[in-house]
Amino acid sequence: MSSSNHIISAKVREQFPILHQEINGKPLVYFDNAATTQKPQVVIDAISGYYSGYNANIHRGIHHLAEKATSAFEQTRKGIQRFLNAAKQEEIIFTYGTTDGINLIAQTYGRAFLNEGDEIIISTMEHHSNIVPWQMLCEEKGCILKVIPINDEGELLMEEYKKLLTNKTKIVSVVYASNALGTVNPVKDIIDAAHEVGAVTIIDAAQATSHIKIDVQQLDTDFLCFSAHKLYGPTGMGALYGKEDLLNKMPPWRGGGEMIKEVSFEKTTYNELPYKFEAGTPNIADVIALQTALDFVNELGLENIASYEQELLEYATEALEAIEGLTIIGKAKEKVSVISFIMDGIHPQDIGVILDQQGIAIRTGHHCTQPLMQRFGIVGTSRASFAVYNTKEEVDKLVAGLQKVKRLLA
Amino acid sequence: MTINEIQDEIIEDFELFDDWEGKYEYIIDLGKKLPEMSDEYKTDENIIKGCQSVVWLHAYEKEGIVYFEADSQAIIVKGLVSMLTKVLSGQKAEDIWNADLYFIDKVGLAGHLAQTRSNGLASMLKQMKTYALAFSSKEFKV
Repeated sequence: MSSSNHIISAKVREQFPILHQEINGKPLVYFDNAATTQKPQVVIDAISGYYSGYNANIHRGIHHLAEKATSAFEQTRKGIQRFLNAAKQEEIIFTYGTTDGINLIAQTYGRAFLNEGDEIIISTMEHHSNIVPWQMLCEEKGCILKVIPINDEGELLMEEYKKLLTNKTKIVSVVYASNALGTVNPVKDIIDAAHEVGAVTIIDAAQATSHIKIDVQQLDTDFLCFSAHKLYGPTGMGALYGKEDLLNKMPPWRGGGEMIKEVSFEKTTYNELPYKFEAGTPNIADVIALQTALDFVNELGLENIASYEQELLEYATEALEAIEGLTIIGKAKEKVSVISFIMDGIHPQDIGVILDQQGIAIRTGHHCTQPLMQRFGIVGTSRASFAVYNTKEEVDKLVAGLQKVKRLLA
Repeated sequence: MTINEIQDEIIEDFELFDDWEGKYEYIIDLGKKLPEMSDEYKTDENIIKGCQSVVWLHAYEKEGIVYFEADSQAIIVKGLVSMLTKVLSGQKAEDIWNADLYFIDKVGLAGHLAQTRSNGLASMLKQMKTYALAFSSKEFKV
């Protein structure tokens, strides 16, 4: 570890109050960051600061607090626009998270523009949230779901993908970085090939935003979804990016307050973008706190975060590979800081229980990617995932913990 | 032995361990020793739905006594399952239904029965009691 990186991690750790506690009598080692990252104090303060200082319903209020809340709320929209390099702030729709964003597209664009026999392409490594919404749409509209296969390393077979594309392909929806394997997919190539047959593209960026600098204009993707809570922000909120012309063409989804222009019992007209898709009082506090999380990430620099995490990933990969009987699942050339592994003759759940006794939090199971687990012929994996506040010393504890797992269980 | 006598015996066994490792070694050992359930009972109906590891539970009744057999893919869960069957199998249906399983708390394993663990153990316990109730109501009908 270079000394500058070491300083980054030590300084960063101080900002996360949750990390300074003991679990089962041992200092917490939190390696479940792909499930959700912890929150720095500034993000926690932003939430309580809103409730204790300027809680008010946004947009139509004329009093001081409502204006203050509205301005902070809309500030985050601009912040996300800059974070993703979107052309316009109207292209940023607040959602409950990545799953909500994908469902919004399926239920609006999908229901309005897809017909019987149209094809939707996803990949083998999708999270259930990028499988089930499309299956629901296929059932309703008679569309066909096609799946891009992967190789044993956990990389998409791009030639096979290109063979799946036809003039019937209407949607290509793939994950940027796999939550179960860590694989970073060549999304630019996927998007370009999809556009050649006139399909629209959706990128599930849930696992990408905290590790990879995203530029939606350079990618030229039609849609992209992410969740705040995997980006050091609060749970229960996220955003959907969509190209303006597409969002304008799409019918609204949820009906209610804020998304309307005028309502009468005869006819309702709808609001402009982005409000057309934001019915009801939104999650104001968490939207505001997401901007604080973006500031936290921007100040550290996504490139610095990524290079530090890559160091941890390499260090951990080498150390885990040295454990006899341990196999890493997902050996793509390009990965985010996620290591999935299995151990000979030991059920992942047993690994998780014994590590938890040692204060080490990892995730075990199918990671909501059951078809991917079936592809590898396994019931599940154990997954350690690293964030900017993790250290090599913690990786050493994981390795020692796994030795204990072997001693107790093998 | 009554349900409570067996529970007290398990509590005594656990008093021998002064750290978590000893405790888990013992549970793992119980899991390894529990005979594997024969495939004919590893049916879908016998699966207790848990998120991460499959637990199978088979129950039958003979002259008012309820017997349980269980199995799991994960060895620690299997050890815990072994303790539950040791306590409840071979007991009267009514006693199973009324049983207060205080040993789980006493040996420091309550966390494993929490719903959030999603390992199916809480559901298994509920299912064991449901079987007992079903068997006892059958008796009443006779």
